[in-house]
Amino acid sequence: MDNNIRREIIMDNYQDPMNRGLIEDETYLKVNTNSESCIDNLDFMMKVEDGVIKDIRFDGEACAISTSATSIMIRSLIGKSVSEVKEILLNYQHMINEEDYNSDVLGELNVYDEICKQPNRKNCALLPSVAIEKMLKEIENSR
Amino acid sequence: MNREDFPMLNQDIVYFDNGATTLKPQCVIDSVVRYMREHTSNIHRGDYDAAVITNKLYDNTREVVANFVNCNPNEVVFTSGTTMSINMIVFGFMKKVLKAGDEVLITKSEHASNILPWWKLKEEIGINIKFMDLNENYELTLDSVEKSITDKTKVISIAHVTNVIGDVRDVASIGKLCHDKNIYFCVDGAQSVPHMMEDFKNSNIDFLSFSGHKMCGPTGVGVLVGKYELLKKMDPLCYGGGMNNSFEADFSYELKDVPTRLEAGTPPIAEVIGLREAILYLSSIGMDKIHQHEMELKKYLVEKLEHISNIKVYNKNSNSGILAFNIDDVFAQDSSIYLNHYKIFVRAGNHCAKILKDEIGIKNTVRVSMYFYNTFEDVDKLVKALEQSEDIFRVVI
Repeated sequence: MDNNIRREIIMDNYQDPMNRGLIEDETYLKVNTNSESCIDNLDFMMKVEDGVIKDIRFDGEACAISTSATSIMIRSLIGKSVSEVKEILLNYQHMINEEDYNSDVLGELNVYDEICKQPNRKNCALLPSVAIEKMLKEIENSR
Repeated sequence: MNREDFPMLNQDIVYFDNGATTLKPQCVIDSVVRYMREHTSNIHRGDYDAAVITNKLYDNTREVVANFVNCNPNEVVFTSGTTMSINMIVFGFMKKVLKAGDEVLITKSEHASNILPWWKLKEEIGINIKFMDLNENYELTLDSVEKSITDKTKVISIAHVTNVIGDVRDVASIGKLCHDKNIYFCVDGAQSVPHMMEDFKNSNIDFLSFSGHKMCGPTGVGVLVGKYELLKKMDPLCYGGGMNNSFEADFSYELKDVPTRLEAGTPPIAEVIGLREAILYLSSIGMDKIHQHEMELKKYLVEKLEHISNIKVYNKNSNSGILAFNIDDVFAQDSSIYLNHYKIFVRAGNHCAKILKDEIGIKNTVRVSMYFYNTFEDVDKLVKALEQSEDIFRVVI
């Protein structure tokens, strides 16, 4: 991917992220990701109905990579089934961790395919996927 | 100055994270390696040649520390660091002597290590914790201390130099006040002992805590200095080898005198020896000279930053080599990652001072913390990078 396009997508999502701001709604699941390795601190909330992601929202303070990755991920996941989301998260994590992955399922998230060149930013890019995975596990455990 | 003593500076880096930890000079590295290669042995239990060398160095470190901060050698306890030292003060001593309703005065700019132990003690025995007001520069004045003291005040526990604002508290005057009013005076010296003269006796300090790794020594070792008669009253938090004289099957036991009583188990011997070398090294340079150099660097940096319009500095007036700032509209971590691109090492975050945000109105800052081996050229490199920071996202993304 061209570096300028990559930067433009990331900057757009950093400066004007999708679904920033939490709402009062008890039907959402909530988690906080207070990263141990950096100072990113984001709250997430997610609504799942009939096995489909209806909404994800977030708020808090985080760097450009975490914030933009959260925004892009939210856009990529809303409307998808839980099993589709799991596949996207798995492939996304593989991409960030330099393992084999299927780029076809990642869409715009492919803008982070070179983040591994900056090892100190891997956790930033992984932050939203960790949070969403945590919420999915909570759903599974509550069954 | 003395840059040639630091192997890490052979890399082309600007190291401005000295508040977190400092670089190690070759003499400290050599002393630790020598212990490991030539005279590895435990202390106080061996009659062989290597043990004699180790004992001598370990025991002499108490004297070296005592000379350095002006206390008696038997008032020096080796700990794992400032955090452990303060926990020993709070749970080994204060828990015994304080009662519900007694007041402990701290400030909102303290490090977590001088806050959470007190929170926990409040939970356990119901002490009251009060925050002394900071002035418009987020500094603690003597006037504020005086106003905060009531007849219930039993402890004042503050950093000599705070780790984000870097303000230098007037510990000599506060110590006198505490002495006159029978208040225990606890000083967190983590950011002061490495950078300036600390005078335990003349400042009327009851307990002083500091860490080896922030003063050119190894990690894993720190010091608790306590007045001898107070240390005698302190309960050890750990029991075991090295700290007892005897114990019998009838459950009786007798402990050694302080400071040894407070150092159960095999201590960090290599680290203590390294700390000894670090203190001798700093003393050979001179603490006054170190402080003066840092102040000159800070002044130079503040003057330069005043010309960069998108930089907000939070503590330009503080009397130490610590500077906290942000680039307008940029998250602190992005700024530190940007500076890393130019091999400038700084720290971004709340720096463990998580309630300082109530005062300065922002959670995270970029912190530059300087030491004697930093140069005006280092400052120039930082300033140049910040001047170019309009393209920050081109660099960090």
